[in-house]
Amino acid sequence: MIRETLYTMKSLHRDDFKIEGFRFGSGEKTMAIVGSMRGDEIQQLYICSQMVAQLKELESQGDLDPNKSILIIPSCNPYSMNVSKRFWAMDNTDINRMFPGYDQGETTQRIAAAIFKQLEGYQYGAQMASSYIPGSYVPHVRMLKTGYENIEAAKMFGFPYISVSTPAPFDTALLNYNWQVWGTSAFSIYAGQTNNIDKKNALLTQQCFIRFLKRIGVIRKPVKNVGYDSLLLDEDNLVRISAKKAGLFTAQYGAGDYVDEGATIAIITDPNDGSVLEEVKATTSGYIFFAYNKPLVFQHSLIFTII
Amino acid sequence: MIKTIISSELPIGEQFLVRKNVLSNGNGGKRICVVTGTHGDELEGQMVCYEVSRIIQENIELLDGTVEIYPALNPLGIDSLQRGFPNFDLDMNRIFPGNPKGTMVEQAAYRITEDLKGADMVIDIHSSNLYLRECPQVRINVMHEDWLVPYAKMLNVDFIWVHDAATVLEATLAYSLNSTGTPCLVVELGVGQRINDRMCANLTNGVFNLLRNMGVWKGVEDALPSKPIVCKGDKVDFLNAANSGVFLTEQKTGTVVEKGQKIGAIVDPLSGTVLSEVISPCLGYLFTIRAYPIVYEGSLMARIYKFDEKEKSTGGRDL
Ligand SMILES: [Zn+2]
Repeated sequence: MIRETLYTMKSLHRDDFKIEGFRFGSGEKTMAIVGSMRGDEIQQLYICSQMVAQLKELESQGDLDPNKSILIIPSCNPYSMNVSKRFWAMDNTDINRMFPGYDQGETTQRIAAAIFKQLEGYQYGAQMASSYIPGSYVPHVRMLKTGYENIEAAKMFGFPYISVSTPAPFDTALLNYNWQVWGTSAFSIYAGQTNNIDKKNALLTQQCFIRFLKRIGVIRKPVKNVGYDSLLLDEDNLVRISAKKAGLFTAQYGAGDYVDEGATIAIITDPNDGSVLEEVKATTSGYIFFAYNKPLVFQHSLIFTII
Repeated sequence: MIKTIISSELPIGEQFLVRKNVLSNGNGGKRICVVTGTHGDELEGQMVCYEVSRIIQENIELLDGTVEIYPALNPLGIDSLQRGFPNFDLDMNRIFPGNPKGTMVEQAAYRITEDLKGADMVIDIHSSNLYLRECPQVRINVMHEDWLVPYAKMLNVDFIWVHDAATVLEATLAYSLNSTGTPCLVVELGVGQRINDRMCANLTNGVFNLLRNMGVWKGVEDALPSKPIVCKGDKVDFLNAANSGVFLTEQKTGTVVEKGQKIGAIVDPLSGTVLSEVISPCLGYLFTIRAYPIVYEGSLMARIYKFDEKEKSTGGRDL
């Protein structure tokens, strides 16, 4: 393993901004894994750090193919993490809306350009993603429908689900959109949470990475874990449930639970007198794919999607 | 007449409201909309909306048609000093035309778009942000240049920037309206969180000039509108910071700068040294200058419209 500082930038009064990378093996650029790009992507950082530890262990035992190169970047944005801001603190811009970047442009465009230069040319790329809608997800691999999405490769993770979605105009500046367009089979990995560490889903995600690395020949020893025969979902076809009322939100079910049609899955109560404003019902039977997880809910907020 | 176009529940005893004031008189069938406040930190539009509304109501007999004023598309943002849409950490100008079945903010964007559709003109007033000071300007997507530049010239601004099409900008309010046949002009002026009275007064005059030219206002002309520089193609130099530091400048926007002229300097207060001097790379018209002094490598400090040979004598204006 080689630990390398991939990018540095001076700041006015802070210690230097640094992006650290961990390289395993050399030769063929096989797989890159990117952790947090936003300051609240803690689960994403945690999983990458655990992957570094696991690969270091496998490497020391001679179980990694030295001719296949792997790059892991646990955090692209330590500055925002250290001040608890989701985006670049100076101007609230999102590094993951700046790809492929521009090395003569604005600060976050330069950071994106530096990251993209490191990530270009890998056969496979995985980014630990998060959504702007607060909530938890069933662990899954997500891909944008660019025409280059590699669903067969995504199946090698053995995640429970693979989802595909139609890109919105502003999605064209995401890392994964650009990765795909520039020839990498790119995956966004949703590992349940964003702000917190969720060990159960972190472990499941790490096992998926290990399985994937085994299947592409990076790990040489037998891997003893079973994966899922992933179900392919089109996000446009998920059943969406929105809050009819605003108020205090308490969920009865969470991401990954199976619910019967008509079951009460959450209750919205009046914030002052505690009366029940809405019993949220499952409008179909199935597994909950996404569940909102904040205590205050707005009218029309998306609170569940069901497969 | 004040109308509520969106009312949606917030968690604790409050409605999220988007309102407009509809001012009508005479038999004219045209409808002109003045909208602002998509970004909660941009306040110049507040004064322009107030002035347009006040002048029309004091002289209602001069109105022939309808003017609708939407002073706050993102009222929660304006009232809580946030650029984005609070609770969603989302730039509201990246989600148009919205979605009638989406989240609160997507539904709001949808209803705003539907409400504006079919207007004879929409003027969308922005004020840069905290970081940059802009001379009064209209920004137009190159796809809509021929259609919109003649209207932009009526707005009494100093600069019209016809910019390249960019996919990310397809989710703006202006793009959503323009691409479905409703003309929308995006005005940028001033700096975030402040109001520049003179710039707002000039734009107010421009709004009335446009109303007059479109047959909606019968009042007489105060003064001839300014002749703006029309910038097309690759004629803008971007000055990005070479170092992180404190950017010091006395430069004003809307001024002609010489090639080699010093625009400012980036300094380090800890060591007491100049890290780099900021020099104009060309003769041209400086239309953007950084207002927020702290910079990182890459932070934008200025934008200059480069004069070509002919423009060196005319100052870029079509005299
Ligand atoms: Zn704006």
